[in-house]
Amino acid sequence: MNGFEFEFAGKQLVALGSGALWWPDWRLLCVSDLHLGKSERIARRGAPALPPYETRDTLNRLADDLDQTGARIVICLGDSFDDLDAARALGEGDRQWIASLQAGRDWTWIEGNHDPGPVEIGGQHRHELRIDTVTFRHIAAAGAVGEISGHFHPKARIRTRGRSITRAAFLVDRDRLLLPAYGTYTGGLHCDDPVLCDLMRPDALAILTGSPPRAVPMPRDS
Amino acid sequence: MAQIPPAILNWFAAKGWSIHPHQQDMFDRAQNPATLLIAPTGGGKTMAGFLPTLAELANGDHDGLHTLYVSPLKALAADIKRNLRTPVDEIGLPIRIEDRTGDTSATRKKRQRADPPHILLTTPESLALLTSYEDAPRMFAGLQRVVVDEIHALAESKRGDQLMLALAHLQVLCPGLRRVGLSATVEDPDAIARLLARHPDPCDILLADPGPDPDIAMLQTEEMPPWSGGGAAYAIPAVLEQIRQHKTTLIFHNTRAQAEIFFHNLWLANEEGLPIGIHHGSLDRQQRERVEAAMVRGDLRAIVCTGSLDLGIDWGDVDLVIQIGAPKNVKRLVQRIGRANHRYNAPSKALLVPANRFEVVECVAALEAVKAHDLDGDPRGRGPRDVLCQHILIAAAAGPFEADALYIQMTSAGPFTDLTRVEFDDCLDFCATGGYALHAYDRWQRLLQRPDGHWQLRDPRAAARIRMNIGTIQDTDTLKVRLKRSRGGKPLGEIEEGFAASLTPGDTFLIGGQIVRYEGLREMTVEVTRRADKKPKIATFMGTKFATSTQLSARILDMFAQESWPQLPRHTADWLSLQRDVSQLPQRGRLLVESFPHDGREHVCVYGFAGRNAMQTLGLLLTKRMEEVGLHPLGFVSTDYATLIWGLDALTDAAPLFRIEALRDGLDSWLAGNAVMKRTFRASATIAGLIERNMGGQRKSGRQATFSSDILYDTLLKYDPDHVLMQITRDEAMRGLVDFGRIEEMIARVGDRIDLVRLGRITPLAAPLLLEVGKVPVKGSAEERLLAEESERLLSKAGLTS
Repeated sequence: MNGFEFEFAGKQLVALGSGALWWPDWRLLCVSDLHLGKSERIARRGAPALPPYETRDTLNRLADDLDQTGARIVICLGDSFDDLDAARALGEGDRQWIASLQAGRDWTWIEGNHDPGPVEIGGQHRHELRIDTVTFRHIAAAGAVGEISGHFHPKARIRTRGRSITRAAFLVDRDRLLLPAYGTYTGGLHCDDPVLCDLMRPDALAILTGSPPRAVPMPRDS
Repeated sequence: MAQIPPAILNWFAAKGWSIHPHQQDMFDRAQNPATLLIAPTGGGKTMAGFLPTLAELANGDHDGLHTLYVSPLKALAADIKRNLRTPVDEIGLPIRIEDRTGDTSATRKKRQRADPPHILLTTPESLALLTSYEDAPRMFAGLQRVVVDEIHALAESKRGDQLMLALAHLQVLCPGLRRVGLSATVEDPDAIARLLARHPDPCDILLADPGPDPDIAMLQTEEMPPWSGGGAAYAIPAVLEQIRQHKTTLIFHNTRAQAEIFFHNLWLANEEGLPIGIHHGSLDRQQRERVEAAMVRGDLRAIVCTGSLDLGIDWGDVDLVIQIGAPKNVKRLVQRIGRANHRYNAPSKALLVPANRFEVVECVAALEAVKAHDLDGDPRGRGPRDVLCQHILIAAAAGPFEADALYIQMTSAGPFTDLTRVEFDDCLDFCATGGYALHAYDRWQRLLQRPDGHWQLRDPRAAARIRMNIGTIQDTDTLKVRLKRSRGGKPLGEIEEGFAASLTPGDTFLIGGQIVRYEGLREMTVEVTRRADKKPKIATFMGTKFATSTQLSARILDMFAQESWPQLPRHTADWLSLQRDVSQLPQRGRLLVESFPHDGREHVCVYGFAGRNAMQTLGLLLTKRMEEVGLHPLGFVSTDYATLIWGLDALTDAAPLFRIEALRDGLDSWLAGNAVMKRTFRASATIAGLIERNMGGQRKSGRQATFSSDILYDTLLKYDPDHVLMQITRDEAMRGLVDFGRIEEMIARVGDRIDLVRLGRITPLAAPLLLEVGKVPVKGSAEERLLAEESERLLSKAGLTS
């Protein structure tokens, strides 16, 4: 599999090149910040109508990862929908597709700041979830240990001898793991941003997405 | 026929001036629907344009707006206001003249809409904005004439297309509107006339006496120009000497970065403290205005400048123009020289200062072209549909419209006469619904069709958003630069966002002639401190990219074929001999390909001499082949004469790169995925209104929420490849490329006459290419390899191994 294996909170995890996290022991796939329905929300607010294909594209990639891994448990780590109205406005086709992805799987939607309530789509809705010694929540909590979260859409810039390369990235230290945004219409926050520098320990790693994913010490330029 | 009123004739007589023949001709044609005047700068062109207006307004019984003057530059509008004020006041004419640009205050703008002056001086963008208001019919009521100044400059870009659509709109409001265009010398006056006139109105073209040929030479220097480099620092003493000998000297540069470096060096050498200023588009407005005012007063002996002073501004007593760096095309050179010596019938004086030895060759070729009156330039082609989309939105902001009427109106604009109804309807659908194959936003579409068939905005508040995003100038996003102070220090100017992103605290760069140190970014403002360093660490922020013309490169190729070069300075002739010794000089009928390592990377230089568009296309094709054969290309840059490609592995056999079959295989997907397309998409999507430049103060708030336009492009390519914006992107990208067929012909013509020369280091002829702007990155397997290398290096440095 196209992934980077690492140890976190005593567990063997795999950062997939797509930005999803794979936990083989539990056959668990975790993705964060799908932002489904983003183009609908943008149009609703009076901004130009962006190509309405991001939900389809995000689900396409998720379906691939589910297929490849044969995941049994799925955790969507918050901001799965761009807002609750966007979740309600999802087309029938997209709903059925999500239902078919959920079939035979234990599926949890963690609440995010964009989707802070239950949606009328199958699966459990949780504020946070604990599995084994690991806690899954949307936004990293102060002083947490063994925590997997999303929210910040971290990305990292690496200066190589040829050019500087920017990719969405996992950030990991001994206490926390931050997932990159998985949704098609998402940007990112550079990991040299003070918020992320303060959150992560000095010896944190950044795992850049791509095939294959690559790890570097988390860049902190400024 | 009307007569020029005696008061005006008396004023001319009192000044001891006579009316120029072309001024009289323009006056005699004042009732024509459209007239184009082609005249050298300083030939009384402005007066020729305004004489009918002054005559018609002389008796004081016209109410409201009479004449609209549109120019490409804000500064020009302000300048014309000054120059028009003098005769109007001295003759005692009851005429109100005001300007309106992005710099005009909001209260003044509001008043102008309620109570417009007789003559309004403005820019295409400000005019487009005016036509977007519901009260446009009231403001423009009574408008008689429009004068488009420097129309040759507008004709080169989408700003001209935008202006003509705005005029088409005005023509509906004011059916009797008469149009006048003022232009510098151009190679194809008919094309400009077709742009200007309402289709199918006739347009007379008047050619004023072009005056004597300009007096142009190369500046003689003691020092030799370097092999490569763009600063022309070697010429500083000689340039200072010229400044001393003349009243006012304009020193032109092709890019802002070059202007900054040169100005800095000039000051270091300016021991007697001659008053010298700098002026370019990245500087803060107040700083620009100070330099302009000093120039009008005649306080400055020299101004180092770029395109922002490029156009017909009549300032001070400029008696010498110095062009630093090769004047990339001859037309631009002639127009620039028009700056010097604005007295009609006195030859203009100009000196060329090549920055490196290749530019010596280009300068000599340019001088020959000027002597031969061999102007050049490319025809513009059909009007771009992204601009059309913007104007459909502007029409909607002004009020409900009928599609049939809008189509007729828009096809009366010169650039859009052959727009089909299907193309128009596609653009309308894009503006209304997004135009996607998947209908997803029926509830939220931007324009709605009312029961009576008229189109209108679904949400009237959208008008404000549309107005905020009017314009076609694709300056890359810029950030303001300020001195770091507790409460926000002095603004110094702007730099491109990409350049700002490349800075780390401690880096030093030049802006406004001073060296500053990058301290950090605060709320989208670059904070800097002053430094007394001698040399900036980093000195490149972009300027405008100019292409050399095809004709110029043909002249250069002819020069290369000579046995020896008596017309070139000795050092340059020696340099060409050296190129002949270590490698070869490019020849007609053969294709020279050099391969060499430089600066830790492998390089390939292909001397096609086929013009920039063809060389750009060749760059795309060759990098595709290099990717396929595993040479790991990283990027390329093209000029009129060559394409330079850099990557990780050395080219040792050129033949596989040029196999036509292999070039064609998978070409479509390679072309669709490249950076040129994505760049073009971003520009067109912004103009067409899919991407908003301005969101009213909330730009970039919440940075993880904004995502790159490349994602939109990739998504459309995957799910809706025939979307109208993808069609527009392909059309617009092709303006900077050529058909694959032409490259095929070129390769077939060369056949096996390809000379690959493998060298241990960069060659004399390839060195200047390293400085070219407009580099195109190639995203392929090289990136993965670089990332792998760097990841390994960083991890082992940190004591971790993967």
